[in-house]
Amino acid sequence: MFIINCPYCGEREQSEFKAGGEAHIIRPKQPTELSDDEWAEYLFMRKNIKGVQFERWNHAHGCRKWFNMVRDTSNDKIKAVYKMGEKPPIE
Amino acid sequence: MTKNLRVKTGKAIDETYRISFKFNGSTYYGFKGDTLASALLANDIHLVGRSFKYHRPRGIMTAGSEEPNAIVQLHNNSSRTEPNVRATEIEIYEGLEASSQNCWPSVNFDIGGINNLLSPLLPAGFYYKTFMWPASFWEKYEYFIRRSAGLGKSPIKPDPDIYEHKYIHCDVLIIGAGISGIMAAKIAAKNGLKTLLVEEKPNLGGSTIYQNSDHFKINNQNSGSWLEKEINEIKKLNNLEIKTRTSVAAYHGYNFLLARENLTDHLPINQRKDKTRHKLLKIRAKKVISATGSIERPMIFDNNDRPGILLSSAIKRFADYFGVACGEKNILFTNNDSAYETAISLIQKGINIEAIIDNREEVNSKLIYEVEKNNIKIFKGYTVTDTSGYKRINKISVMQLSKDGQKVVGSKIILSCDCLGVSGGWTPAVHLFTQSGGKLKFREDDQVFIPNNYPSDQLSIGACNGDFTLDEILKTIPKSLIHYLDIKNTEYDNLEVSSSTNKSKRNIWLLPSDKILGKTKSFVDYQNDATAKDIKLALREGFKSIEHVKRYTTTGMGTDQGKLGNMHALGIISETAGAKMGELGTTTFRPPYTPLTFGTIVGRNVGEYFDIIRKTPLHDWHLDNKAEFENVGQWKRAWYYPKENENMHDAVQRESKAARESAGILDASTLGKIDIQGTDASEFLNRVYTNAWSKLAVGKCRYGLMLNEDGMVYDDGVTTRLGENHYIMTTTTGGAANVMGKLEDYLQTEWPELDVYLTSVTDHFATVSVCGPNSKKIVSEVIPDLDLSDESFPHMSFKNAKIGKINCRVMRISFTGEHSYEINVQANYGKSVWEKCMEAGKDFNITPYGTETMHLLRAEKGFIIVGQDTDATMTPIDLQMDWIVSKKKYDFIGKRSLYRSDTIKEDRKQLVGLLTDNPNEILEEGAQIVADINKSPIEMLGHVTSSYYSPNLQKSIALGVVRGGKNMIGQKLIIPMEKKNINVTVADPVFLDKENKRLNA
Ligand SMILES: [Zn+2]
Repeated sequence: MFIINCPYCGEREQSEFKAGGEAHIIRPKQPTELSDDEWAEYLFMRKNIKGVQFERWNHAHGCRKWFNMVRDTSNDKIKAVYKMGEKPPIE
Repeated sequence: MTKNLRVKTGKAIDETYRISFKFNGSTYYGFKGDTLASALLANDIHLVGRSFKYHRPRGIMTAGSEEPNAIVQLHNNSSRTEPNVRATEIEIYEGLEASSQNCWPSVNFDIGGINNLLSPLLPAGFYYKTFMWPASFWEKYEYFIRRSAGLGKSPIKPDPDIYEHKYIHCDVLIIGAGISGIMAAKIAAKNGLKTLLVEEKPNLGGSTIYQNSDHFKINNQNSGSWLEKEINEIKKLNNLEIKTRTSVAAYHGYNFLLARENLTDHLPINQRKDKTRHKLLKIRAKKVISATGSIERPMIFDNNDRPGILLSSAIKRFADYFGVACGEKNILFTNNDSAYETAISLIQKGINIEAIIDNREEVNSKLIYEVEKNNIKIFKGYTVTDTSGYKRINKISVMQLSKDGQKVVGSKIILSCDCLGVSGGWTPAVHLFTQSGGKLKFREDDQVFIPNNYPSDQLSIGACNGDFTLDEILKTIPKSLIHYLDIKNTEYDNLEVSSSTNKSKRNIWLLPSDKILGKTKSFVDYQNDATAKDIKLALREGFKSIEHVKRYTTTGMGTDQGKLGNMHALGIISETAGAKMGELGTTTFRPPYTPLTFGTIVGRNVGEYFDIIRKTPLHDWHLDNKAEFENVGQWKRAWYYPKENENMHDAVQRESKAARESAGILDASTLGKIDIQGTDASEFLNRVYTNAWSKLAVGKCRYGLMLNEDGMVYDDGVTTRLGENHYIMTTTTGGAANVMGKLEDYLQTEWPELDVYLTSVTDHFATVSVCGPNSKKIVSEVIPDLDLSDESFPHMSFKNAKIGKINCRVMRISFTGEHSYEINVQANYGKSVWEKCMEAGKDFNITPYGTETMHLLRAEKGFIIVGQDTDATMTPIDLQMDWIVSKKKYDFIGKRSLYRSDTIKEDRKQLVGLLTDNPNEILEEGAQIVADINKSPIEMLGHVTSSYYSPNLQKSIALGVVRGGKNMIGQKLIIPMEKKNINVTVADPVFLDKENKRLNA
């Protein structure tokens, strides 16, 4: 059970949050111009890294805001949280 | 008559308080403070169970939670019965009833014992190998396996006890109240830290508390007395909370721990009423100090599992703490100094020791000199090679070890005994540390794994950190706590310690024997009957990874998770495979450390508290009118309203006819409602629904279908334009929260530029839906000021209105195909509006109907229910709803996926109507649909999704999904059921009023 530092509310229990998968996958602006393969790349393919991963989280039972998190999936250490639209604070 | 082996008052025992209890039907006596194990041993009972695979007689082996053998069933056949309870942990109380488990018909005569004779046929991987082939034999094996195996019986009656969950936040959590934990607790609490100390046993002080020999002194007092004073002092500290009978089950990341506090298991049953039995403590600690101690290792030699063979430390605990001798002719077998501590305790109490067998050739320590002074024969450089005695050990064979310890030499000596204490050194109890993600390192000197890297803010101290001797513990703890807690000094900085233990040890994982390995039974895992031979066989058969060997041999997979033998398993693997211990790694210890009851896990979330219950504002009316209820998500929805002797079918037939012939009324309050506002609201709807929204006029309603990005139908509902920039969206009852979440997700992450605000208003409104040919007359009486003419208020439109002073939103929309109105009012006015409609509808036989009738009515019209007629594999095209997919819109969620190579296939499963050849035959929902019954295997074309008997059409109707069904209208298909095959014809899914005339009737 993580303690997650919501960028809007501060530290809260993990049970208040919902994980939303890999971050920084932008929905294509012209889906209709993409081939099946290109669309599938957006739709299905995720990295699922063992190590430092960029993720989306939602403070579902709190402020309802979505934000991004940098987490090391090998030890669950949260390295950073940042708001949607912001650049990741770590490479 | 059994013997009395109570020798002297033990520290934990109150001899003035006698307790009677039953074991396997016979009555015995013990004293307050006894565990079931100590009380049985005092009655000279060692044999308590049978082993899992070979059904070998097994006795009490330890004095703690690491016990592999002495597991019993409590209060058999009662509602409080519990299997797999460790006799070493359960405290006796008046009326306790325990029985052996895993034996049939009785512990003394066990039919499964024949497995012991068959053991050459039951090697490692036996279960995997045997039951793989031939598959048809499984049925035959199963009967015998189920009869003779199994670990206890589950209770079959409801649990009468109360369980609770509690959150605890603290600065420092200390796990274990042995000498290390007590010292740490005092230091932490005295430095102003909010401290919680938890201990799995009923008393504090660990093994030091009953250490009263002159060989272990602190500040010139014997260590037990010194610790007792410390315990009395910490009990007065304000900052310190102490919880006994509390064992930590799990250590998760971010210092989140689960502990089970046991509050009533030690009380007689009649004193437990209305008390909480177990509390599950959810602890969030800023710092965690593990002082979990260590577990003594057994020794691995032939027949090392007989009743009467115990850990040497357990014998000491039973003698010092409980005043019980485990035998009258005791032999100790050791490779280190600890057994001599036991010997000194036994000597002090006048308990006979026949001999001590020590693997070490050269031993010199004050402890040993003391023992030798008492004329006890010590066999130095010897090992036990075998034991005998079926239900109780009676003899051991002893031989000299070769210099390298790989062989035995010389002649065999036979010694008789009734108890053998073994000590193979100590294993730090690092289970919780590794659960938390900690990595271990291997210390070659004494062959132990100790904590290396801490994954969170935590520290291991004392024996669980590999500091086994009193002087190591007392010297290390103050220093490491000064550093860890960032404090200046402790009151323990200058303790004077004297300890006579010598650390020398001769570690041999698998002791040599004069027999070949194949002829021995040297148990490594007692509970799962895994032997050294099994482990070696697994390696020979090619298993290399420790995790694979574990699963193949089942070593460490019992309820004790191999707390005793795991190290030996590793040792034997590393020796056999020629790998270094440190490089081999260890198996993973998983929570819980000791088993938890289901009651503890669920706490108060049982019965009506199992889940949240949501009730509509009209719930009481439904109750008053005898509605049966259906669970829809967390909602209780009126299902049908039976009259007198009606069953569900009768009620639904009556309700459905009334709704079509005159008037019906439905509580639709549970539909999800999302208020959407903002200048980009129309554009937003364009993007989330498949159809177009920009041209929808204010005051108009539209049905929308929402897809996932993969093109599959996600939700549906009617959305109404209340104002230029204001909509109210309805969702399915079950999908409301997810739709809200999904819309928020897109707004916040993909389209933050849109000016749109979402508010969930589901609970704000009560929704009364009135339908049927007479609905107009009824509504006009309830809301006389409202112009209901088709010109002013046509189908799919909306008006604000007032009922007296109550504001209401009226939508003319229909889910039944009938002319109908939905009246939305503030929730607390719902009941009065409903009652007004009932009153106004009296002359028209207005009939309340529930969800079942609603489902039937919409099925007659071929309207889908998302989640019933669809799963996550249906596109709008599959549903024959092409009409709702806008061709003009450039994009919406899921659009691109509608022409992926897979979604455009012609033979996808598609929604169709199904009519049975026999109009009275009602199909089963979920039934399979096939075309050719003679084909083998039969090809499944789809399944029935909705099925009813329609009173309005006077025949059975059904919806189903069928591969390529769109082009099969009129074709015959078969629904194969258990007893018969049902013939059906594929039909259009709209069964009634295809022209929608009734909407304007
Ligand atoms: Zn928040």
